Amino acid sequence: MTQPYPVMHKKRFHIHTFDIVNVLIMLLVIVIMLYPFLNTVAVSFNDAQDTLRGGIGLWPRVFSAYSYEMVFKNRLMMTAAFNSVARTVLATVLCVFFASLVAYVLSRQELVGRKFITAYFLVTMYVSAGLIPTYFLIKSLGLLNNFLVYILPGLVSVYNVIVIKSFIQSLPESLSEAAIVDGAGHFRCYWSVILPCCKPVLATVALWCAVGAWNSWFDTFLYAPNADHMTTLQYEMMKLLSSSMQTGRDTSSVFGNNSEQANIITPVSIRAAVTIVASVPILVVYPFLQKYFVKGVMLGAVKG
Amino acid sequence: MQMQARKTGVWKRISKSKSLYFMIIPCMIYTFIFSYYPLTGWIMAFQNFKPAKGYWGSKFVGLDQFRFLFGDFEFWRAFRNTVAMSLLNLIFGFLFAIVFALLLNEIRHSGFKRITQTVSYLPHFLSWVIVCALVQGMLASDGIVNEVLKALGATDKSILFLGEPAYFWWVVVFANVWKEMGWNSIIYIAAISGIDPALYEAAELDGAGRFRKMWHVTLPGIRSTIVVLMIMNLGSILNAGFEVQYLLGSNGLLVDVSQTIDIFVLKYGMSIGNYSLATAAGMFKTVISVALVFGANAIANRLGENSLM
Repeated sequence: MTQPYPVMHKKRFHIHTFDIVNVLIMLLVIVIMLYPFLNTVAVSFNDAQDTLRGGIGLWPRVFSAYSYEMVFKNRLMMTAAFNSVARTVLATVLCVFFASLVAYVLSRQELVGRKFITAYFLVTMYVSAGLIPTYFLIKSLGLLNNFLVYILPGLVSVYNVIVIKSFIQSLPESLSEAAIVDGAGHFRCYWSVILPCCKPVLATVALWCAVGAWNSWFDTFLYAPNADHMTTLQYEMMKLLSSSMQTGRDTSSVFGNNSEQANIITPVSIRAAVTIVASVPILVVYPFLQKYFVKGVMLGAVKG
Repeated sequence: MQMQARKTGVWKRISKSKSLYFMIIPCMIYTFIFSYYPLTGWIMAFQNFKPAKGYWGSKFVGLDQFRFLFGDFEFWRAFRNTVAMSLLNLIFGFLFAIVFALLLNEIRHSGFKRITQTVSYLPHFLSWVIVCALVQGMLASDGIVNEVLKALGATDKSILFLGEPAYFWWVVVFANVWKEMGWNSIIYIAAISGIDPALYEAAELDGAGRFRKMWHVTLPGIRSTIVVLMIMNLGSILNAGFEVQYLLGSNGLLVDVSQTIDIFVLKYGMSIGNYSLATAAGMFKTVISVALVFGANAIANRLGENSLM
């Protein structure tokens, strides 16, 4: 308390500048995270030919929804959108169901051999056969060019099982005990007592499953690279990206870039539109689930 | 006699919770088919496997595939690239996530804090394909990064970030940091919020300013979280991810620095059709990864941190 007054004053000023700098850094983070995406939105709504002049920032210069029109009129793109939605919905529902089912069983103390069964599932998280043996398995199961290849391989996700299991174990034991004493079977207890209490963690796991299913392209690439009826939005996006990587910025095969069309649609604009179509569904959902997945990350980290 | 009683006890207990087994056994069979059974495919690594002849008809060659693999320049190059990119991702991923968490924690306006956090998660939810497309746009010769560099006078001519092998690893780091910084910070932000406020008050009484509080209270408070995550991530050092490398680095010039073990497997297995060599490489990766994970867990235990398995 012998500090002279001016030093105190200086310190307070120091805190003040730190706060300002800190806010500026955070604003910079926001800009860096958002700009590439917003720029793509602007390009997708800009006239294709005008875009080639460059210099599109956050707002379209010559507004046009033509790129979207082309995307939505394209048969292949519509197949891709349908497949993306279908695989996401199916995979999410089944993935949440099976992960929570296994988690419930593994959380039951009376399960004889619980340690062994838990280890049986855990091992698969670390030991994977690898790409080639898995490919041969998929082939021998007849899943090449088959829609089921999007659903079956990821049905029981052990990581999600662990997350849900730690959540169930944090619930009061009396909950399920009461149900079992009342004569409800284990499936009833799981379905109508435990599941409703798990809503927060199920929301998290559902989000993860949905994001994983919606965003994957590698399974299409491996198991159905040439089947038009199997394509997904991400896979179409991948094709657009790799054709532009191979040749600089030019042709897209999907949209038949003949000379008359070339002056109204360009790969850059089409790619921007597909980017938006392929990412908006997830981006609309995740902010609402934020409070859940933050908890889910914690559960996963404790026993990951 | 007692044995007998115990035995019937086990069966009684099992039959009492029969329904549990009805629920779990189908899932175990499923897991067997999709996770355990493919391990038999490792036989291919010891054969000169021809799909037409199958596992039983193909010739066994002992360790020849591994011998070839370990003598192959391309494999070691892939190994080097994998480890280098993982380490860079690890170091910079941690650094940015931790610094971001620390700075975000100092923001006082809770609404602004929440918005920043939500926005920082956004790239995590985009697929790698889209992230690569956005990164390609950002780093293009007329992209925002070059425009900013030019405006700042750091360069007169556009830098070809995606055409130059020397930059490629940094492009991968940039893509990873951009995509995962916000997401990876979640755990640190949570850890920070668990620090006892009394510690801050004590530090304040001792005359500590903002930076000293960060350094002496916040950082030590999340030290164990950092250590555990660091160790566990070291366990997955052979997973450099392969999507950025594949999507942005398949250009001929870049293969020398972009090819990872996963891409090596993909190339030999799917494009060239040398299934045995590809399986050997994949098997090598799995075995080393498992050893690393167990080693990492043992180290975490020894350091007295919570076991993660």
